[in-house]
Amino acid sequence: MSDSRLEARVKTSQSPHLFSHKQKEALTGWFMAAPALILLLTFLIIPFIFAFYFSFTNQRLVSPNPTEFVGLSNFTRLLTVRTFTLEPLLDETTKQAQRDEAGNLVYPSLRDYTRNNPDYPQLNGLREWRSWQSGNKRTYLLASDVVFMKALVNILLFVLIVAPVQAGLALLLALLINQPLRGINIFRTIYFMPVVISMVVIAMLWRFIYDGNNGLLNTLLGYLSFGNFKPVDWLGNAKTAMPAVIIMSIWQAVGFHMVIWLSGLQTIPSVLYEAASTEGANNLQKFRFVTWPGLRNTAIFILIIITMQAFGLYTQIEVMTRGGPLDSTQTLVFQAVQRGFEKQDISGGSAISVLLFLIVLSVSLIQRYLTRERR
Amino acid sequence: MTKGVKGRNYQLSIIGRYLVLIVIGLIFVFPLLFMVMSSLKPNMQLLRDSGSLRAFLPVGDISFNNYIDAFKRVPIARFMFNSVFVTIITLVFGLFINSLAGFAFAVLRWPGKNIILALLVATLIIPFETIAIPLLLIVNELPWIGAQGFKIGWLDTYHVQIIPFIADAFGIFLFTQFFKDLPKELVEASRIDGASWFQIYTRVFVPISGPVFATAAILKFLGMYNQFLWPLMTSQSESYRPVMVGVQYFFQLNVAWGEIMAYLSMITIPVLVFYLWLQRAFIESIAASGVKG
Repeated sequence: MSDSRLEARVKTSQSPHLFSHKQKEALTGWFMAAPALILLLTFLIIPFIFAFYFSFTNQRLVSPNPTEFVGLSNFTRLLTVRTFTLEPLLDETTKQAQRDEAGNLVYPSLRDYTRNNPDYPQLNGLREWRSWQSGNKRTYLLASDVVFMKALVNILLFVLIVAPVQAGLALLLALLINQPLRGINIFRTIYFMPVVISMVVIAMLWRFIYDGNNGLLNTLLGYLSFGNFKPVDWLGNAKTAMPAVIIMSIWQAVGFHMVIWLSGLQTIPSVLYEAASTEGANNLQKFRFVTWPGLRNTAIFILIIITMQAFGLYTQIEVMTRGGPLDSTQTLVFQAVQRGFEKQDISGGSAISVLLFLIVLSVSLIQRYLTRERR
Repeated sequence: MTKGVKGRNYQLSIIGRYLVLIVIGLIFVFPLLFMVMSSLKPNMQLLRDSGSLRAFLPVGDISFNNYIDAFKRVPIARFMFNSVFVTIITLVFGLFINSLAGFAFAVLRWPGKNIILALLVATLIIPFETIAIPLLLIVNELPWIGAQGFKIGWLDTYHVQIIPFIADAFGIFLFTQFFKDLPKELVEASRIDGASWFQIYTRVFVPISGPVFATAAILKFLGMYNQFLWPLMTSQSESYRPVMVGVQYFFQLNVAWGEIMAYLSMITIPVLVFYLWLQRAFIESIAASGVKG
């Protein structure tokens, strides 16, 4: 067939159709992507936009009043923090600081300043979050939403501890699993096992492990200390509840990140290790100069996913502590669900959600920036 | 002589390495072993055993009584059916719709696709918890035509647990990446043979894409079966509750640990069996989600 005849055939086969091949391809592309895109638009993008919208209103689930636009007031109510210093009361006659019978300094009541005091409008409605003593003066840290502030601090601490510890332990496990030993895959399978189990199940199981009377952890520590250890109600104590949640969370998820480290380790060419061996490098030096540089991108990636997962801390709290004791395990997501769902305060819950999103967004932007720098 | 000493040192170091591996392994295995063993013991014995290694052994008064009692307390069969049904339907529709979209992004040329794909990747940082409440309000207003006719509001149904989770940006992204790496000649050859785009998707791409379908299926399966917050919000009546929400039945009541362990074992063992059977595929799926994500 000569070229001109072929060309003619192609032309005739095209001409009777309504659309050109290119247009057809474009239409098909849209058509094939449409089901997924419509679903994502309806159930991801629109709710996401709604969360922003609600956070600027006074929306409640059921309310006799119409929804009103309230500007940033949901956010200021969450985020307002002030310090306030009180001087001790002076004795009328001696002009000395008053002391009570136990010899402690006497201060005016904080409530006189934070409840409708016309001289201190900026303190109205604030509550005590923390306080400390310096000399004769007592300084208060006041917040308009103390529970939210505690939740914010808790989740930041949780992320700051979990991200490096979990990433580090996962790397150690990955290095162990990466050894050329017979049957090593059995251990990989075992370490990964908790990852496939629902957090609900694991949190429930660990409630027994942490139990104050018959818990396995108390028993174990009792054995290790030859009976000297006094049993602790791990989840019932404000000092130990969050550490207990942290340890369990790491136990559950460390296998996940181990596997990602492993796939990073396996991308490092073995030639590099052989070269290091001939140069006389020991194991530590090999890790320092071959393994670690080869894992840099994996490391940043792992830190970012742990961070994002950790900010979402919710299920463990719901099952194990519900934020207690004494708000020591409150988290942003737990508060968002509490307010938005259980107290039907849609706008308050949405404002927390928006803040959570902004935090996660800035963390991942920082990550983007770091990966770009180092390449 | 020196060689012999070196050999013995080498053997010792191998044994040491296995010891470390085993001790760490026990940390991961013991809680789960405890769960299964305790589910077989009466409450009194369970509490007594927790003071010794007997906690991890099937000894003493072993029976399935806790399972029978758990069945009496919770409609387990119903919950299990709900979980499996919701998971499978979401998975099947999800694989189809997400892979089709992945095909459109990877193979076809159409205006807007690059921007949309970039937007999809950006949505990956939206935590589900941040949209849960507005999503709840939206599904509460959506219409549905079912067996009982026209109705507003999706709460207390199967489809409220299924439809929002069919499409997922990460799944689409996985399929797009996989299809992009397939040779271009596959498409060109089929086009010359006169195959339509849909035929290329079903007859050429799907049959050779087993690994990515397995990865997407496993990730979807774990995400759906283990889901908690959303079904907790949307299923107020028992008839649509999945197994994870059923754990709530054991929250307050004066704690019968034996029954709890029986319930936890029942809803976990199927997943564990599935995992141990397909462990390579499970682990590779997670690794893939890491490398490509």
